[in-house]
Amino acid sequence: MSNYALLNICYLIGSLGFIIGLKMLAKAETARKGNIIAAIGMAIAIFGTIFLYEFNGESGEIKHLGNLGWIFGGMVIGTILGTISAKKVQMTAMPQMVSIFNGMGGICAGLIGMIEFTHLANHSAGASLMTGHSLTILVGLIIGSISFAGSVIAFLKLNGNLGDYSFKGQSYFNMLFLAAVMVMAYYVMSINGAQATTMMYVLFIVACIYGVSFVMPIGGADMPVVISLLNSFTGVAAAFGGFLYHNQVMLTGGILVGAAGTLLTILMCNAMNRSLLNVIIGSFGGGNAATAITGENGGTIKEIGVSDSAINMSYAQKVIIVPGYGLAVAQAQHICHELEKQLTEKGVEVKYAIHPVAGRMPGHMNVLLAEADVSYDKLLEMDAANDEFATTDVVLILGANDVVNPAAKTNPASPIFGMPILEVEKAKTVIVNKRSMNKGYAGIDNDLFYSNKTRMLFGDAKKVLQELVNEVKAN
Amino acid sequence: MEYIQSLLTDAAHLRMIYIIVLSIFVGIEVIEKVPTILHTPLMSGANAIHGVVIIGSIIVMGQAPADDILIQILGFLAVVFGTLNVVGGFVVTDRMLEMFKKKK
Repeated sequence: MSNYALLNICYLIGSLGFIIGLKMLAKAETARKGNIIAAIGMAIAIFGTIFLYEFNGESGEIKHLGNLGWIFGGMVIGTILGTISAKKVQMTAMPQMVSIFNGMGGICAGLIGMIEFTHLANHSAGASLMTGHSLTILVGLIIGSISFAGSVIAFLKLNGNLGDYSFKGQSYFNMLFLAAVMVMAYYVMSINGAQATTMMYVLFIVACIYGVSFVMPIGGADMPVVISLLNSFTGVAAAFGGFLYHNQVMLTGGILVGAAGTLLTILMCNAMNRSLLNVIIGSFGGGNAATAITGENGGTIKEIGVSDSAINMSYAQKVIIVPGYGLAVAQAQHICHELEKQLTEKGVEVKYAIHPVAGRMPGHMNVLLAEADVSYDKLLEMDAANDEFATTDVVLILGANDVVNPAAKTNPASPIFGMPILEVEKAKTVIVNKRSMNKGYAGIDNDLFYSNKTRMLFGDAKKVLQELVNEVKAN
Repeated sequence: MEYIQSLLTDAAHLRMIYIIVLSIFVGIEVIEKVPTILHTPLMSGANAIHGVVIIGSIIVMGQAPADDILIQILGFLAVVFGTLNVVGGFVVTDRMLEMFKKKK
């Protein structure tokens, strides 16, 4: 059989691996196997390309890929760096990690575009570059570069190296900016030779600056949506590469991710009851915090000590724990599970209520609790939890804020109005563990803390939980 | 205009357009019923899959002329970044899912 036929079999297997892998990733029992199947498909497609890919040389002869030393060298370096950083990363820093890996794919697509365009411009011999071929290259380059720069900014923001930055009318500025990028791409195609190559590098830089300007104004709470969106951008950039090389596996892989990523982005926006446009314009970010309402009945919070909290929970029938980002930051998932076990031994029914956007990524809390061996059936999704709060004695909120803010239901002026929340105020008592009275990620006040049912338990989640465990044991 | 015409008449182009359209439906279909708990691993797994862009970098690097240092450097970097995306993406996803598994 010819190499070309074998290569196409590799690509078919690769594409099937991606589809089956994604399908299995969407089910809890098969997810891990699905990831491995997708990885095997990827490996077959990659090694098939290295050994079976053929192209026509200058004089028309069939050639195999060269520079194998460089290719394998690059792959070894990438594998080592990728494995180490993926193994070392803290579970709390997972979103940043996904973001930076996404950026790597984006810059890879950008570099491919640069090389292909340089090649094209050098060999066009003065012919017009106003072709579909060069358009495909440039669009892939632009999307990849935007995804790269945007992902780096998202990474820095989530890592806390960078705050939100926006100025008045930035959304209009960004729209104009994007139009300018397109005009510039047109200009690059209209000139030719070495000049076009130079301008193409300028275009790359401008696209990167657009990526920065695109992500800068978007509030930290919206970063998951942005990462998911940039994820689908990179997918589309990969698909443009597939279109360029008539490469089926790049095309299917890229489009699959582009489509699935877009749907996931929309699902996340739905969970926050906001439109994608609203997220991108960044009305949620720092800019609006000043106009947000403050607690009218502010100042009358009631504190509670550790031992009182422990007694409250030990003698309750049902306790629901609401984990938030504060739990993740404090790395308190294991000690939280310990508290759950202690209470269960005392005959208390303990469950967890998981808001879809608790933490910094959808499912972030589930990953953390799974790390601590908390079993699935104790995790309640939002609707199920809301049905159970009425029969709950104590709700323990661990570092969650916006997802339990009643303003989302009651105050139309609030920026989070309309977002579905965990209706914890239906329970008999609410104990809120926070480090301080600082506002949540959305930067708005929370009336829940001033409610008659609420008791504030200040302190670092890990420390407080440890003390709670000791107290419950002693009871 | 000529290009658009070729998209609709050239057999190879037309095949790719069909792949794109069908892949969009498959992409939406396979993840439509994903439970919230799997959103993060799924995003991470999808992130690894778009690392397939590495194949483009291998094709580019494998054809880079020996006398063009700039192209070789860019191609080499593209291979490194592409591998980071693929390997890092799959390993991170596996780490997340490993935690789900040892629940019993």
